[in-house]
Amino acid sequence: MSTLAAVWSWLTTAANWSGENGVWHRLEQHVVLTFACLVLSALIALPVALTLGHLGRGGALAVNLANVGRAVPTFAVLVLLLLTPLGRYGQWPTIIALVLFAIPPLLTNAYVGMREVDQNVVRAARGMGMTGLQLVRRVEVPLAFPLVLTGIRIAAVQLVATATLAALVGGGGLGRIITAGFNLASTPQVVAGAVLVAVFALLMEAAFELVQRRAPGWVRGQAR
Amino acid sequence: MTAPPPDDCLARNDWICGDYLRTRQQILLDAVAQHLQLTLSSVALGLVIAVPLALLARRRRWTAGPVLGITTVIYTIPSLAMFSLLLPVYGLSATLVVVGLALYSLTLLVRNILAGLDGVPAEATEAARGMGYGPMRQLLTVELPLAVPAAMAGLRIATVSAVALTTVGAIVGYGGLGNLIYAGMNSFFKAQVLTASVLCVLIAVVLDLLLLGAERLLTPWRRTHRRTRVRGVRRRATAATEEPAAAVGRRA
Repeated sequence: MSTLAAVWSWLTTAANWSGENGVWHRLEQHVVLTFACLVLSALIALPVALTLGHLGRGGALAVNLANVGRAVPTFAVLVLLLLTPLGRYGQWPTIIALVLFAIPPLLTNAYVGMREVDQNVVRAARGMGMTGLQLVRRVEVPLAFPLVLTGIRIAAVQLVATATLAALVGGGGLGRIITAGFNLASTPQVVAGAVLVAVFALLMEAAFELVQRRAPGWVRGQAR
Repeated sequence: MTAPPPDDCLARNDWICGDYLRTRQQILLDAVAQHLQLTLSSVALGLVIAVPLALLARRRRWTAGPVLGITTVIYTIPSLAMFSLLLPVYGLSATLVVVGLALYSLTLLVRNILAGLDGVPAEATEAARGMGYGPMRQLLTVELPLAVPAAMAGLRIATVSAVALTTVGAIVGYGGLGNLIYAGMNSFFKAQVLTASVLCVLIAVVLDLLLLGAERLLTPWRRTHRRTRVRGVRRRATAATEEPAAAVGRRA
């Protein structure tokens, strides 16, 4: 019980929220890192996935990438990149590691979404005289959108988690509150940091849940 | 004949260094042993909790929603936060890492065992009942064996993920090879970081293959059917049962 009280008092102390090491600053770093990497990985993965899905090629690659990636520890990649010459360029090793791990879920889900589009609809669209590009933009992408969104959701929640690990290699973000707590041997600070990280991750998941529930039918994939 | 001491690969801090493997053999073996111990105990603990949960979710349908919901929420919590949240309970101990990793494996295991049990053909259970099998005998000799392929798919993903996540345990001093990566980072020791990372991936691949072998041994009926004409149908059915695990992202 005393730990809970100590955690509560850490969280309600104004001094812990302001300044360079304060919660607000760390939260801002975490949000910026997460979204920058999400945009970057989507810009890389989605065009590739939509093209491969439209052409029906490279399915084995798109599906197996996620499974191969699972065996590689995120922490190891973060440290390996830090020790390469890239390590001298501030945040870049962290950003590269985060983007690398966010690509597989985006790629796999978008690819599967494109491949699962009803082939009768595709044939009908072709019969109406649609060109390849029209087919992608007006038929395949709208129908694949629910799974594309699922990929973005998985990548976003995973990025929140990976961005926390960035603190272990000297990056910013909420994870720093936890690592600083370990260095100070302050259990209340460690737990308070963990609570903040967990709440942030769950809020991210909840936000996507809300979007997927409240959005129009074609976003939710109700039509199928 | 011996090269001057400063000019070996350790002094040059090369990524790949035979001298490192030779001189730190014992440290590496100890780290691998700890890594295996942490990973295997966590997956075993996860399995011990997941099987009853899956059976409960199937027997009392209303519990399925809450069980899957809670395990999914647990899976959403980042690993560093998970270990930190367990700190007041277990302190800086190996138990903390094992319990944290076991909690992660729950969502994959429960989903896949449940999917496997749901995928048991009605004809099989009806035939068993017709032959006079009681509920327990039916579960142990018909339903659970038929659920093995889907459950093993979940177990393999859970094990591979656990091997990778164990490294984060370095934050409390029990990370197996993660400890070497952590120490190597602080001293910029390239050979140590690369060697430990490669060993991590190797452990994951070897355990995955061992589980694949175990699955083959546990499901002899699938081996004999593999070469027959039903191959296409069978493989599609397997893909469908493995889907729940694929829909879950990796954890970091």
